[in-house]
Amino acid sequence: MTNQTVPEKLQPKDFASDQEVRWCPGCGDYAILKAVHKTLAEIGATVEGTVFVSGIGCAARFPYYMSTYGFHTIHGRAAAVATGVKLANPDLDIWVVGGDGDSLSIGGNHLMHALRRNIDMNYLLFNNEIYGLTKGQYSPTSRIGTKSPSTPTGSIDTPVNAAAFALGCGARFVARSGDIMQAHLVQTLTKAHGHKGMSFVEIMQNCIVYNDNVFGHFMEKKVQKDAQILLEHGQPLRFGADGQKGLVLDPKTLSLKVATVGEDATEDDILVHDETNAVLAGLLARMEPPHFPVAMGVLYNNPAAQTYDQEMKTQMAAATSESQGKLEDLLTRGHTWTVS
Amino acid sequence: MDGAAVTQTSEHAHLVAEAAVVRFAGDSGDGMQLTGGRFTLATALAGNDLATFPDFPAEIRAPIGTTFGVSAFQINFGGRKIKTVGDQLDVLVAMNPAALKVNLDDLKAGGLIIADNGTFNDKNLRKAGYEENPLENGSLANFKLLSVDMSKMTLEAVKEFGVTNKEGLRTKNMWALGLIYWMYDRERAETIAWLQQKFAKREDIASANVAALNAGHAFGETIEQQSEIRPVHVPPAPIDAGLYRAVTGTQAVAWGLTAGAMLANQRMVFCSYPITPASALLHTLAELRHYNVETFQAEDEIAAVCAALGASYAGSIGVTSSSGPGVALKTEALGLGISTELPLVVVNSQRGGPSTGLPTKTEQSDLFQSVWGRNGDAPLCVLATRSPSDCFETAVEAVRIAIKFMTPVILLTDGFLANASEPWQIPDLTKMEPFPTQFATDPEGFEPFSRNPDTLARPWAKPGTPGLEHRIGGIEKQDGSGHISYDPQNHHKMTMLRAEKIQRIAGDVPEQAVDLGTTTGKLAVVGWGSTYGPISRAVTVARAEGLDVSHIHLRHIWPLPRNLKDLLSGYEQILVPEMNTGQLVKLLRAEYLLPAEGLNKISGQPFKVAELDAAIRARLS
Repeated sequence: MTNQTVPEKLQPKDFASDQEVRWCPGCGDYAILKAVHKTLAEIGATVEGTVFVSGIGCAARFPYYMSTYGFHTIHGRAAAVATGVKLANPDLDIWVVGGDGDSLSIGGNHLMHALRRNIDMNYLLFNNEIYGLTKGQYSPTSRIGTKSPSTPTGSIDTPVNAAAFALGCGARFVARSGDIMQAHLVQTLTKAHGHKGMSFVEIMQNCIVYNDNVFGHFMEKKVQKDAQILLEHGQPLRFGADGQKGLVLDPKTLSLKVATVGEDATEDDILVHDETNAVLAGLLARMEPPHFPVAMGVLYNNPAAQTYDQEMKTQMAAATSESQGKLEDLLTRGHTWTVS
Repeated sequence: MDGAAVTQTSEHAHLVAEAAVVRFAGDSGDGMQLTGGRFTLATALAGNDLATFPDFPAEIRAPIGTTFGVSAFQINFGGRKIKTVGDQLDVLVAMNPAALKVNLDDLKAGGLIIADNGTFNDKNLRKAGYEENPLENGSLANFKLLSVDMSKMTLEAVKEFGVTNKEGLRTKNMWALGLIYWMYDRERAETIAWLQQKFAKREDIASANVAALNAGHAFGETIEQQSEIRPVHVPPAPIDAGLYRAVTGTQAVAWGLTAGAMLANQRMVFCSYPITPASALLHTLAELRHYNVETFQAEDEIAAVCAALGASYAGSIGVTSSSGPGVALKTEALGLGISTELPLVVVNSQRGGPSTGLPTKTEQSDLFQSVWGRNGDAPLCVLATRSPSDCFETAVEAVRIAIKFMTPVILLTDGFLANASEPWQIPDLTKMEPFPTQFATDPEGFEPFSRNPDTLARPWAKPGTPGLEHRIGGIEKQDGSGHISYDPQNHHKMTMLRAEKIQRIAGDVPEQAVDLGTTTGKLAVVGWGSTYGPISRAVTVARAEGLDVSHIHLRHIWPLPRNLKDLLSGYEQILVPEMNTGQLVKLLRAEYLLPAEGLNKISGQPFKVAELDAAIRARLS
């Protein structure tokens, strides 16, 4: 046995770059940045082995504030660029950061395909239900009736539910957290990173300038307990100030119902969270206030047997180890003739 | 003109031709591509130089017997250097009425039609749009006609092997091939061996095919006694000694990219999205995993270029390919590649435009798109390949320049080059200079946007390297540090640096040479891309007659060769034939203020030698 010096574990501050952070004062992104620094320190990440890839938008400035490798790309294409990074070097630990517009409008196609391919990387969607960098237009997650410079009389299109979208694309890890839930966010990001395959985390993020307090009805401290349900694998799906409320399944309509233990349900009636249950995850993802609490935490975590990048690596290794091709053989393959 | 056979009677009653153009045409299911392929090989083995072009129907499965279901294969072969597939046909093999209808216009006056009259029944004639049988109504009087019931004769030849009627008829293409082998005195042995191998599991089918081939050949010997049709001797061409193979432009690009990556000691990550006529490149490379080629079929054109760029960022050579409309979609990501100064190769198999245009027809109308088609001052390197075999070397060069100068490189080919085939002398790979990639590794004083003083290239530092962590993106960067910068002076400087870096590529590639002719004179014909063959042939013919015309063919479209202005200044007239409305000609005029003149053809068809010949004569008379 040899004595190895264990490299000193990096601290959260070691993941911060020397660049001045330029988000608006009070922006939820600051808290997310802090949580990411903390998460990387906790999981023992290295700066050289970590890459942050982003598209365009406020959130997409993220890589500049990291001391890791970073690639700030073009609008909507972060998932596609990150796919290429991972294909070229599957050993890199890749985090993609995008806002709701970047990820679900212009980049919806790439996000869909990255999720279904199950490329081993972490996708953080900062959802603030508004376009920030272009000054306040409504976004694909904005609720119907959102008044904005481009929808002065209120938006009329149905918003996309990010978590439900991800599940529909075949994501194997889908979670939710929020900018002001620091401990929960670090815990959720850590789980996302631990998932082998593509993880998708929707982070509720407050835009203080264009959409302030849009999540107040379930994120504010005073309503949190009644308006959110914190998911724990293997634990009953209970919530409420005194924990007496819970989710039950109505077998007739195959839908969830909020019930109160001791009133219209027994403890046994309350569903138990199972991260590996895709049907349950779908039901949880679609719960919305005011009739339901918002499901926060890991909705779905069911790793596939293989990830795209590992499968590709395996195929490449098999092809190149079998017979590392010589170019001469390639060029002379098939029919040749000699002119003398 | 190219392919036009100058025939004469030799003492053995054989005709002798300097060159000949044959087109096999039939229904999609008649095996014309395969027939053409075997004839090509037999012809190469006979020592002729040659060029071929397949013409597939655009429809996936066109109805049998229709004009839009006709599949054809053309070969021009000769006892001299063959540079085009031939302006006009000497021989048209028509397996059905539709094949005759679609191809007859290309047959020269007095040319030979070999038609399977067994298929010229009412139903097929109607489908082809004939009101009466052209084989019988005298409408083909300007041509020689060999009308023969191939279907019947084939079935007779194969009946002893117990194959079904349908299987028997499928060997009809071999019967036709046998007849053409007789006509041009080709050896059958190689084809017979190939058939026996191909149908090793169906001995009866193999025997039937061989029998059909032999029967077609034997038929030739009988008609020699009874008709005016004679075998034609095409003497071998003076060809450099060496090892040869047939190669299409697509194959040569694929192998060139692979060779380039190998010479760079790199894994290639090839990311593409299917589009005609570029898809074949993806297919070819997908089979080359064991040459360290990783292929990725992306969800769209944008994802393809973005993934390729991501791969380059991560330290592999990223390559993407498409055709015009697909390249349009990649435009923004190309700007990112230029701004972040990452190596990238983009292969554009040009086709008729705009928009969807003519997907299966050739054009060279993406030069402007390549050189200028991006937002901002966004220069990159543009190379154009001129022939199937030239594709190999140009693709190697594209990889080399991309890595050496840390820049996207667009490699222009086109629909004609992608599918055309010609003999290729397999290069001696030991003579190719490796250019192993030098990654940055030293953290001491590392700056992501410092520059190599010679090339102005920035260092390539791949993620995973300790101490070189840095951030890049499409926002303007501070010279050196690469930090975001909105400083006006810095933006001016960076814009000029990016342009100057691309201009320095001109110092790294050879000066422009004159392909044919003299370095000064009355007329220079300046071309690029797949017009090479027809221009070269036309200039060869004109010079043989004493006309003062030279041929200059550009591979380096941007930056232009460093001596090009001086070279072009030495000619009284400059003619630029292009399959577009005049893109290179405008580039040359804009850059050099020279009175270059365009010659334009936008029909989806390559130039005919006759067209260029006329244009040259018009300017020298």
